Amino acid sequence: MEKLLQVNDLKTSFFTHVGEVKAVRGVSFYLDKGEALGIVGESGSGKSITMMSIMKLLSDNGKIINGDIYFEGKNLVKADEGEMEKIRGNDISMIFQDPMTSLNPVLKIGDQITEPIIKHKNMNKAEAYKRAAHMLSLVGIPSPEDRMKQYPHEFSGGMRQRVMIAMALSCDPKLLIADEPTTALDVTIQAQILELMKELREKINTSIILITHDLGVVADVCSRINVMYGGLLVETANTDDLFYDSRHPYTWGLLGSVPNPNTLIRERLKPIEGQPPDLLNPPKGCPFAPRCEYTMKICMTDRPPMFEIGENHKAACWLNHKDAPKVSSPFKRGDK
Amino acid sequence: MGENKKLIEINNLKKYFPIKKGILNKTTSLVKAVDSVSFTINKGETLGLVGESGCGKTTCGRTIIKLYEPTDGQIIYDGVDIAKLSNKEMVPYRKKMQMIFQDPYASLDSRMTVGDIVGEAIDIHKLMSGKERSERIHYLLERVGLNSEHANRYPHEFSGGQRQRIGIARALAVQPEFIICDEPISALDVSIQAQVVNMLEDLQSDFGLTYLFIAHDLSMVKHISNKVGVMYLGVMMEVAESNELYTHPMHPYTQALLSAIPVPDPKITRGKKRIVLEGEIPSPIDPPPGCRFKGRCKFAKPICSEITPELKDIGSGHFVACHLY
Ligand SMILES: Nc1ncnc2c1ncn2[C@@H]1O[C@H](COP(=O)(O)OP(=O)(O)OP(=O)(O)O)[C@@H](O)[C@H]1O
Ligand SMILES: Nc1ncnc2c1ncn2[C@@H]1O[C@H](COP(=O)(O)OP(=O)(O)OP(=O)(O)O)[C@@H](O)[C@H]1O
Ligand SMILES: [Mg+2]
Ligand SMILES: [Mg+2]
Repeated sequence: MEKLLQVNDLKTSFFTHVGEVKAVRGVSFYLDKGEALGIVGESGSGKSITMMSIMKLLSDNGKIINGDIYFEGKNLVKADEGEMEKIRGNDISMIFQDPMTSLNPVLKIGDQITEPIIKHKNMNKAEAYKRAAHMLSLVGIPSPEDRMKQYPHEFSGGMRQRVMIAMALSCDPKLLIADEPTTALDVTIQAQILELMKELREKINTSIILITHDLGVVADVCSRINVMYGGLLVETANTDDLFYDSRHPYTWGLLGSVPNPNTLIRERLKPIEGQPPDLLNPPKGCPFAPRCEYTMKICMTDRPPMFEIGENHKAACWLNHKDAPKVSSPFKRGDK
Repeated sequence: MGENKKLIEINNLKKYFPIKKGILNKTTSLVKAVDSVSFTINKGETLGLVGESGCGKTTCGRTIIKLYEPTDGQIIYDGVDIAKLSNKEMVPYRKKMQMIFQDPYASLDSRMTVGDIVGEAIDIHKLMSGKERSERIHYLLERVGLNSEHANRYPHEFSGGQRQRIGIARALAVQPEFIICDEPISALDVSIQAQVVNMLEDLQSDFGLTYLFIAHDLSMVKHISNKVGVMYLGVMMEVAESNELYTHPMHPYTQALLSAIPVPDPKITRGKKRIVLEGEIPSPIDPPPGCRFKGRCKFAKPICSEITPELKDIGSGHFVACHLY
């Protein structure tokens, strides 16, 4: 299959008054055409910044300092702003994590949705208006024509999020990057949106990158999952392998943190103890080592490479070295 | 459960927003964001509030702490109806009631340092100053999983999840009695969700805090809540003790909601049967009479279009607003 996106050793930093924040510290992954890739991981681990680097929408103090990003064979790192403008919203669309700040508070919702449709789809105003209303009803906004006359503050959090989704889908993108697209939505509407994304994938072969904290959502939608921690990719695997045969203690901790849905007793939740690494001074070895139950000497001094586990399955943990002690996940599906 | 244990009692709370049109700015219609909501929360307990996006949960929370003036209804806090109190009379209640806001981006002032954001309420209520104040801020930041060096940084330097933790630290700063948590964890990764929920539970047992916990993550709501209320389009459809609600959901909307929970297990989630809701999602702008859910309900009868079902007790504190019962 042809790779739509190939990211090689991406490093992105922010230069702040307190120093260089190394938000992404060498991340490589690929995406096939029509594939849905999930990205999960610690808050602050660089999921959004990796995507903002692909879109080249970093804030002024942010910079890609290393790596290549090939989209349909074209290196976006080298593309200028004019080329990026053509790609954004047309070939690659992004649903941003913060629906409030990504909508313009002083513009009516309708004008905000129709603008990119006019620009990228070559439609006149009336056609674009019709398409916008249609997109809004697809994402479950009732009386879309009335709603298009309103301003963002008159919408609930979840409705703003759906406006963002409608905008991102309105131009039939080749790649849809969805950063926490359904966090503000109730589960019935979430199911509807996820269904819409699946349809898009089947009908027009759109590839999807889905960032989410909801392990139920990735389990449902994605065929492959990347796990990020401390600015690095720490594990990547097909969905079933990640849930049933994970090889990284951070992933184990992640899977073990969610409440047991099948109990009537209030069990205390089991978070991963400790603090995430400081990206101003990231640790030399494995970023997870200070919080890991299985830390060995080498973990503190050498960053683990991505060990090949199986087809599509790699994990950056020294426990996968042939000389390491054999441990397996304390977390078993089916316990729950 | 004695009467005296009640901290919050909400009776038929309503909040309407006018939609204005034309050069005369005339009110042409009303968004009935909250249209009859009733529930009680006992001291030291948690009521979970769930429901469709846009059904009025945030508006309900904001009206309870009087960020919005209620259109109608009672808000009885510790025996006093605060619904009609003036701003001045509300002052002592402002410190007792805090809110953790849904949108961690819009709710933090980007020109203030994190330390000053967390300390703002301490300053407003003149609770501490100097070293004591900064120690409290550092303690709060660490308590929510940030570190004390973060106090001198600005909100835009933080990820979504980190910002939400700043909002939680801010709400805790003045040691409130009652906290409305409006989706406090949806922006967090699951491990930090677990940390924050454990933290909220510890604070609750240490200080006897009372929570209204608004969220979409139904398994987390079940975990943290004593009682759960289900809203649909401005109306409370069902309230029950949390295990009871999850094992015996009565309202057809609650049943659909529970069936749509995504399970973090690929094999189970693929085989799961969801109740798909058909039909038009109605609008809260001038809603028609009768049950708000009728257009999407497969059990709808003629009576559902004529008479709005009342929230009634169908036994042992399980309330449901549906003509089936
Ligand atoms: N403009 C900025 N200036 C300085 N640091 C930044 C900036 N934007 C992001 N960062 C830092 O970069 C790191 C990665 O942030 P990113 O937003 O990618 O996290 P994330 O994985 O998306 O987290 P979340 O799940 O909470 O959204 C964080 O530590 C954050 O503090
Ligand atoms: N300030 C306002 N002016 C006009 N309408 C408003 C205002 N705030 C909210 N609304 C409307 O009230 C209804 C309820 O909104 P609210 O934010 O309370 O929903 P919610 O249940 O919190 O939804 P979500 O889960 O998406 O956050 C929506 O139809 C919304 O458009
Ligand atoms: Mg993010
Ligand atoms: Mg809300």
